[in-house]
Amino acid sequence: MSEQTNKDYEEKIRRNPQSLLEEYPRKGTNIQSTHYCAGCGHGIIHKLIAECMDELGIQERCVMISPVGCSVYAYFYFDCGNFQTAHGRAPAVATGISRAEDNAIVMSYQGDGDLASIGLNETLQAANRGEKIAVFFVNNTVYGMTGGQMAPTTLIGEKTVTCQTGRDPDYAGHPTHMCELINTLKAPVFIERVSLANPLKIRLAKYAIKQALTVQKEGKGYSFVEILSPCPTNLKQDVKRAQEFIENQMEKEFPVKNFRNNLYTKEPVIRPESDFTTESLDKIFNVSRGKSTGYVDDDIKPLNIKVSGFGGQGVLSAGLTIAQAACAEGKHVSWYPSYGPEQRGGKSNCSVVISNETIGTPVVDDIDILIALNKPSLEQFSQDVKVGGTILYDAKIGEFETDRDVNVIAMPCVDIAEEHGNARTANTALIGALTELSDVLKRESYENAIREMFASKPKVIDVNIDVLEAGAEWIKNNS
Amino acid sequence: MSNQMVKGNTAVIIGAMYAGCDCFFGYPITPASEILHEASKYFPMVGRNFVQAESEEASINMVYGASGTGHRVMTSSSGPGISLMQEGFTFLAGAELPAVIVDIMRAGPGLGNIGPEQGDYNQIVKGGGHGNYKNIVLAPNSVQEMCDLTMKAFELADKWRNPVVVLADGTLGQMAEPLVFPTEAIKPKIDETWAVRGNKETMENLITSIFNDFNDLEDFNFKLQEKYAKIDAEEVIVDEYQVEDAEIVLVSFGISSRIARSAVDKGREKGIKVGLLRPVTLSPFPVERVKELADKGVEFISVEMSNGQLLADVQFAALRREGTHLVNRMGGNLIELKHVLAKIYEIAGIDEEIDTSKRSEEKASPNIID
Repeated sequence: MSEQTNKDYEEKIRRNPQSLLEEYPRKGTNIQSTHYCAGCGHGIIHKLIAECMDELGIQERCVMISPVGCSVYAYFYFDCGNFQTAHGRAPAVATGISRAEDNAIVMSYQGDGDLASIGLNETLQAANRGEKIAVFFVNNTVYGMTGGQMAPTTLIGEKTVTCQTGRDPDYAGHPTHMCELINTLKAPVFIERVSLANPLKIRLAKYAIKQALTVQKEGKGYSFVEILSPCPTNLKQDVKRAQEFIENQMEKEFPVKNFRNNLYTKEPVIRPESDFTTESLDKIFNVSRGKSTGYVDDDIKPLNIKVSGFGGQGVLSAGLTIAQAACAEGKHVSWYPSYGPEQRGGKSNCSVVISNETIGTPVVDDIDILIALNKPSLEQFSQDVKVGGTILYDAKIGEFETDRDVNVIAMPCVDIAEEHGNARTANTALIGALTELSDVLKRESYENAIREMFASKPKVIDVNIDVLEAGAEWIKNNS
Repeated sequence: MSNQMVKGNTAVIIGAMYAGCDCFFGYPITPASEILHEASKYFPMVGRNFVQAESEEASINMVYGASGTGHRVMTSSSGPGISLMQEGFTFLAGAELPAVIVDIMRAGPGLGNIGPEQGDYNQIVKGGGHGNYKNIVLAPNSVQEMCDLTMKAFELADKWRNPVVVLADGTLGQMAEPLVFPTEAIKPKIDETWAVRGNKETMENLITSIFNDFNDLEDFNFKLQEKYAKIDAEEVIVDEYQVEDAEIVLVSFGISSRIARSAVDKGREKGIKVGLLRPVTLSPFPVERVKELADKGVEFISVEMSNGQLLADVQFAALRREGTHLVNRMGGNLIELKHVLAKIYEIAGIDEEIDTSKRSEEKASPNIID
């Protein structure tokens, strides 16, 4: 070979793949070399991933996530969009990126502490959702960047700075098998464990990485590649011992094999385009433009209503019906729900304030009209009814007397409701009475409110409107 | 109609969707769950993204990821969940990413209970995560503002590339009021100068909060402080009610400001010159306005559902502790009108007995509908 051919050949071999930067300006100083230790596996893995990105023609679509750990600076090297994230959260960040940008090819590059310890939940959950992300898990059985502590994948008997006599399973548990764990989940498309122990295995590792990225290129879902990798610095190994450690110890604990490959059978996951039009939003929220908007400037006296009873008597929905009617007339109105100390089956009440101006407190303390459906709430809230106010209650509660100057009406609301075939509309009978007791709102507004409230149950609309009218009639004839 | 009776929690989602929010990530917690429910219902109807995350930590990091792509994104939670999210807040602030977080406060510390409180004030307004950062904080006090300020939050988040928190409580979430719908839906433009979208245009971009060089990080910190100073100068919103001639000024936000407003009306009926200063932005805080009033010699009453967290900011802005008072409830109890009135009468020297000894047995509803 001529000298020139030799040089060309050397450049071809030595130059970085296009998806790796040729120099590392993000690194700051010393832009020619990486920050990884001599003999570290990260450099090899970076190159394998970048070669696959080149070969698949996906560089522009790729987003690489740098975790916390030795590969925290992966963004120094990868020539594509880059994120750096919090410790262990890369799969959650990847989820966010992938959901927002369906076309992006999202890679989460993580070490054993990041992925299998602090980020185990995010790891498994993202896998279980079948997120469209590729996770590259670099397993070297030790925390690197923080100084050689025990990792979830540290082997039994292996010495680290936090298990100085060797990992003892009685105190520190057993090595975590991530491929096996993820293989219990249904969603992942591709799961494989590979090794960097020798050049042949490195070639096989590249093939797995390429498959994992092909899954992404085709939008098929989740892929996971665990890479058994050397950490000569923290494990205090030379080249020979690092290789032996991977082959003779790691591979025994963590079998190198393909766990799942559904690349050729899995259909792509298609996500819809986001719709930002006013028309579509107006449709889902039932907004019809052009009709009345905003508030009407009627001069009305503020009206404080309290509806109270047991949970399940329709107390809150009765209040909401009144509030809906007021809203439809362009009044200021607030509806505020509340309950007694017992949360289920206990007392329940709501405050409704109707006004022609901005409403201060939505909690009604001075009551103009109290509607009571049970005895405890009648007794409790009757104290708060203003002089000249009205107490309207279900006659079934029995006799109620007060020496205060308030208008007390016992109404057979359940009987009225039953006459129209549905005892559950007793609360509507009381609202019917309200239409006569206060002229703040029009009867038809209440009717419209009932139509709106029961829009999903059209059968009960007519009954309720009949009962509303009957309630109003009763009050006319009995007061 | 374009005004409807709507619950506060629903109004948040309406505001978010008209503001062009593309992704919602969240985890259930009472009393904020309803926002999650509404998002899960409405977002997919228009092809937008909803993910129920595995935890609040995951939610806020999904927000980090989606926000880094330049889309408008949000999450919601309540105290205990917000505490878990603090890591994400500081990462968002450090990477200068826009995001909207809605905090429907509940009572603490610890699990506390699900009643309304305002005890998250410090953890939201003062930071909460590590480092020299600030959130922008908006405090709605009506259903309309739950919608409008959520929209505003997206605008501010994009404008300043900073997390914005809508700070509300369980009462505002549960109550219903008429909502005038936004006039139109926004289709946000993605800023490709910094976003990372997985395309050719944004390949060079990097989302990170790392600055290895100490001087670089210091410079970045100074730059952040300059940004916050600008926000302080430009974005303060304050709502005043009868403050002009007031000798007693209530300072209050959120649901307690509604009760404070009623107290102003009652006080005025008695001829007391009392007004209400309501910070709509808690961060930036209306420091200058408080100082002006302090210089006029007004008495301040902080009306809050926390242990004086708001009061401390009033005192700090007023540059005095004298003539500042606290009316507060905690533990999930709503402020009662009588407590506020009693303090106003006491300061005004009005001899009227108000029995404040009895505690109301009524609890604000967390999420019950009968």
